[in-house]
Amino acid sequence: MDENINILELCKKPEQIEKAKRVSSEWSRSDYSGSIKCRISNSFRMKYKIKPGLYAVGEPDANSEVFASANYKLSFDVLRKALSGLSAWILVLDTKGINVWCAAAKGTFGTKELVRRIDGVKLGNFLNHRRIILPQLGAVGVNADSVFKRTGFKVYFGPVYAKDIKAYLNAGRRKTAEMRKIKFSMLDRLILTPREVIPAMNKFIIFAVIILLFFGIQPTGILFKSAWVYGEPFLLLGLASITAGSFITPVFLPFIPFRSFALKGWITGILLTVPVIFLFNSPELKNILIFSATILFFPMASSYLALQFTGSTTFTNMSGVKKELKTALPVYLISAVISIVLLIIYKLHKLAVI
Amino acid sequence: MKYLKNVSSLKFFAEKCTNCLVCIDVCPHEVFKLKNKKVVVADKDLCMECGACALNCKYGAIAVNSGVGCATGIINGMLTGGEPSCDCGGSASSECC
Ligand code: SF4
Ligand code: SF4
Repeated sequence: MDENINILELCKKPEQIEKAKRVSSEWSRSDYSGSIKCRISNSFRMKYKIKPGLYAVGEPDANSEVFASANYKLSFDVLRKALSGLSAWILVLDTKGINVWCAAAKGTFGTKELVRRIDGVKLGNFLNHRRIILPQLGAVGVNADSVFKRTGFKVYFGPVYAKDIKAYLNAGRRKTAEMRKIKFSMLDRLILTPREVIPAMNKFIIFAVIILLFFGIQPTGILFKSAWVYGEPFLLLGLASITAGSFITPVFLPFIPFRSFALKGWITGILLTVPVIFLFNSPELKNILIFSATILFFPMASSYLALQFTGSTTFTNMSGVKKELKTALPVYLISAVISIVLLIIYKLHKLAVI
Repeated sequence: MKYLKNVSSLKFFAEKCTNCLVCIDVCPHEVFKLKNKKVVVADKDLCMECGACALNCKYGAIAVNSGVGCATGIINGMLTGGEPSCDCGGSASSECC
């Protein structure tokens, strides 16, 4: 809150202006650390919210532009940082702490919520104009025509990225073709990998327990030593699959052949699985049953993990993912079952049951 | 980067189009282009089925089956028999405003 605001000045202003929370366009240290934690921790991200409502950056007045944002704090922070040096209003919608794009796809950043907020803060009462600028991706959830009919406000779909806002305003609210395009750079993809790797590691723990139990069971009982000696290569193969499917495939996406994510993941998977098998060169892995199960299972696991990444990309579509799943899911299931059967046969053979 | 060929459900009805250019303005993948003063679908394979164009075309000249495109969501949908639903707290566009 600016302590120096002249009380008389405030009295002259309509109540809504007075009520708007003032925010700086500068980021504090906690804003920076929050922006990093969001990428790593799901639970942190889900709680990284701000209160919906009207905010003021700089010293906006009745002629200043209004920008709409989500109440995911990172979306809001990126926007206010991009507005540094300007005076503007930010209308924060209640998107349940989710960013604009995802929220627009879910409908929380949508026509209804926008109309409700415009009415709620009585935006029309203190502005001399009837414009509201939305991030372009908000168009996924907001019908501009219907907002106009219901509130009298004309929706402008601004640039995709907040950093282009100044250039957009300077050009008289006009976008270049470049400002309309959503990008997906290697850095963007790298930033997204923790969200792929961390859930995969949670599954890995279950996998590791099963593998250790499997190799630990000996005629004499469960032996920790044999669990580790025989199990270790498989644990590493599991980690190789995660590296291939959840890290290498996303980061090097355009450089891996095929358009299908399932195929991309399988390719990186096999490229990592084979060296690990030869690295260990253990007698277990030379067994044809184990070898077949390994070749079948690990590249497939990588393929499955790579397919998960479709949820984070900016260019895949639902019809395509459905099509991939239609063939991939049965293949995954069958290969998993065959791998398990092979392992069981091997184990029974080892235990001299058959 | 392009995804699978010929899978997008985007449909464009040229006879209804008034060339208002709204779709060009909202599409983040340059799927629509202006050719001889008429809006055309330049490359359907670039479409990610976000639905922004269809939602904002006043004249009903665009139809697209939009929805959550993540594998987990679609598997969830298959299992529960409902619409695909995902619990993505965020997405690639984290740098967007
Ligand atoms: S928004 Fe609809 S009417 Fe306008 S140019 Fe696009 S298709 Fe044609
Ligand atoms: S659905 Fe989205 S990506 Fe596809 S054409 Fe429409 S706006 Fe472009």
